[in-house]
Amino acid sequence: MLKIEDLHVNVENKKILQGLDLEIAPGEIHAIMGPNGSGKSTLANVLSGKDGYEVIKGKITFFKNNLFDLEPENRAGEGLFLAFQYPVEIPGVSGMNFLRTTMNAVRKHRKQKELDGVNFLKILREKAKFIKMDEKLIKRSVNTGFSGGEKKRSEILQMSLLEPKLAILDETDSGLDIDALKTVANGVNNLKNKDRSFLIITHYQRLLNYIIPDKVHILLKGKIIKSGDKNLAIELEKKGYEGMK
Amino acid sequence: MSIDVETKKTVKSITKKYKYGFTTDVNSDRAPKGLNEDIVRLISKKKKEPKWLLDWRLRAFEAWKKMKEPNWSMVKFPKINYQDSYYYSAPKPKKKLKNLNEVDPAILSTYEKLGIPLEEQKRLAGVAVDYVFDSTSVATTFKDQLAKLGIIFCSFSEAAQSHPELVKKYLGTVIPYTDNYFATLNSAVFSDGSFVYIPPGVKCPMELSTYFRINAENTGQFERTLIIADKDSYVSYLEGCTAPMRDENQLHAACVELITLDNAEIKYSTVQNWYPGDEKGKGGVYNFVTKRGACRGNNSKISWTQVETGSAITWKYPSCILQGDNSVGEFYSVAITNNFQQADTGTKMIHLGKNTKSTIISKGISAGKGQNTYRGLVRMGPKATDGRNFTQCDSLLIGDKCGAHTVPYIEVKNQSAKVEHEATTSKISDDQMFYCRQRGLDQENAVSLIVNGFCKQVLKELPMEFAVEAQKLLGISLEGSVG
Repeated sequence: MLKIEDLHVNVENKKILQGLDLEIAPGEIHAIMGPNGSGKSTLANVLSGKDGYEVIKGKITFFKNNLFDLEPENRAGEGLFLAFQYPVEIPGVSGMNFLRTTMNAVRKHRKQKELDGVNFLKILREKAKFIKMDEKLIKRSVNTGFSGGEKKRSEILQMSLLEPKLAILDETDSGLDIDALKTVANGVNNLKNKDRSFLIITHYQRLLNYIIPDKVHILLKGKIIKSGDKNLAIELEKKGYEGMK
Repeated sequence: MSIDVETKKTVKSITKKYKYGFTTDVNSDRAPKGLNEDIVRLISKKKKEPKWLLDWRLRAFEAWKKMKEPNWSMVKFPKINYQDSYYYSAPKPKKKLKNLNEVDPAILSTYEKLGIPLEEQKRLAGVAVDYVFDSTSVATTFKDQLAKLGIIFCSFSEAAQSHPELVKKYLGTVIPYTDNYFATLNSAVFSDGSFVYIPPGVKCPMELSTYFRINAENTGQFERTLIIADKDSYVSYLEGCTAPMRDENQLHAACVELITLDNAEIKYSTVQNWYPGDEKGKGGVYNFVTKRGACRGNNSKISWTQVETGSAITWKYPSCILQGDNSVGEFYSVAITNNFQQADTGTKMIHLGKNTKSTIISKGISAGKGQNTYRGLVRMGPKATDGRNFTQCDSLLIGDKCGAHTVPYIEVKNQSAKVEHEATTSKISDDQMFYCRQRGLDQENAVSLIVNGFCKQVLKELPMEFAVEAQKLLGISLEGSVG
């Protein structure tokens, strides 16, 4: 579903990604691990279409589309979801309203019927319950005054509502206590199916105790230097990034 | 809260940019261009006004001739030639209208285009509507129902004939005919408007509503509205405006006077969506309005809510004079300026009585090359013991060619008074935009969502039927402001 070929990306004339290749098949969970500055977040941002990243070379195919031809909102419509490392606050916009508006926007893109208030609430309540997100929190302004854990939970809730085909989790585990971590992992495991893929970006092996990846890649200086199965993450934990070179 | 994309597309395809850009072909009955004493007399005569009202107009005209156009605001515009405008224009009445079926079909279809079919509104919304079409009211609905409660809701000219004692008692007592250049001009040549009287102890059971609409070319619009809430009464009044697309600037100088007696309350809501001019700043309505309310009685309350999205220039300061003890004044405002629009708006809260309270919430949004100024005065008089004011002014900037200005004046002449002022200026951040877009919203819907969130405190003050329209308007007004 996703194929990245020889991707080179600069940020403010600095080379960040330098020849990255990656292919994800439907239903697979991939983990990308790498130290600070290795280009993990850059990869997430380029995939989702954020401004400020200069693609020097390379190709990304998402299903049959050239990803670079799609605006960020159309990528979302086609099924690409990014759980943000730092979710953004939008004062005055209630979570309820935000969730329904965005959900209907992607449904429209997918030529599905828009949800009315009653049906929306039904789905929302069910999903929120599963990831243990308090309804009071959803009524508040989007992410405004949320704790780190609440923000991440809110990202997972959005992910489950928007039903992506590829979900990218950008360091969703950072700053989470063990209970929140388990909830996030549960959310992902519950959403996993034969068509839906995940790209999990993380510093640590910890999250991978709860979400079992099909493939693990080690990103160093803008390139994947090693790929393997879940055992690679365990090996990395022992040796550290230096030891993997 | 999202804007229906289909609707926006349809709107765009019909009118390109401006939603309500069309005119209705109704033969106008209008006086020659220019302004002199004869025109003032003609207007008064056309309206079959009593002599005292004509005299009042003439006094105002005399005063106006000696006045100068004010130049203290932030707005800039070419000199207006007041002699190059029509001061009287009315749709030709075939005969006295008894019901809607007798209204000119062209006029009715205009309202349909606006999405407010009369029949529909009568039935569904329970709103009594006093339509002002150009300068003359063409149909008044629900009058009987209101009359049973003793409520008077009619055109101003009708009130001048049928209830002269009330008009004479209150007209010009809140905005004297010498008040300011535009109010004085209005006093001399006002065409028509609405009159409301709520008798003691009556809570008006429905929202009273007037749709103003400027229609004839080059017709200055001079509406005059007078609302009186007698002791222990309540009324909510809605004023909504749309105008057709025009190349030449249109002058509009309305006056609205509100009066509340003991324990009475008036809630006055406006959605103003006149033609703002094109992307290059050509055309658009000049909106120079004087709105003021007097809380004459103890424990009375006046609340202004306005959503100002239209007009090339908005110059408007809905104010409250808090005379009665424990009286309350409120001002909730959203003003949007896009392209070359300019707005200089705010309020005056004049605290005279003991224990008077006022709240000001102002949200200014500037996009394109728009300039948005909040200008406000809070005055605590020597006798306003324990007076309280809270002011919050927030500005939101979209792009880097627009401007936001805040000019608060605070005068406190009483030691026990408390005045608070908070102000913020922010921009829609790239991160917010990207977050929304990553969730599937296009740029315009993302801006609309963020702006609606920014304005929430004000929008929630609007009556339901207005709130939805206002939310859509915010989105439409900011189209093309990003990307």
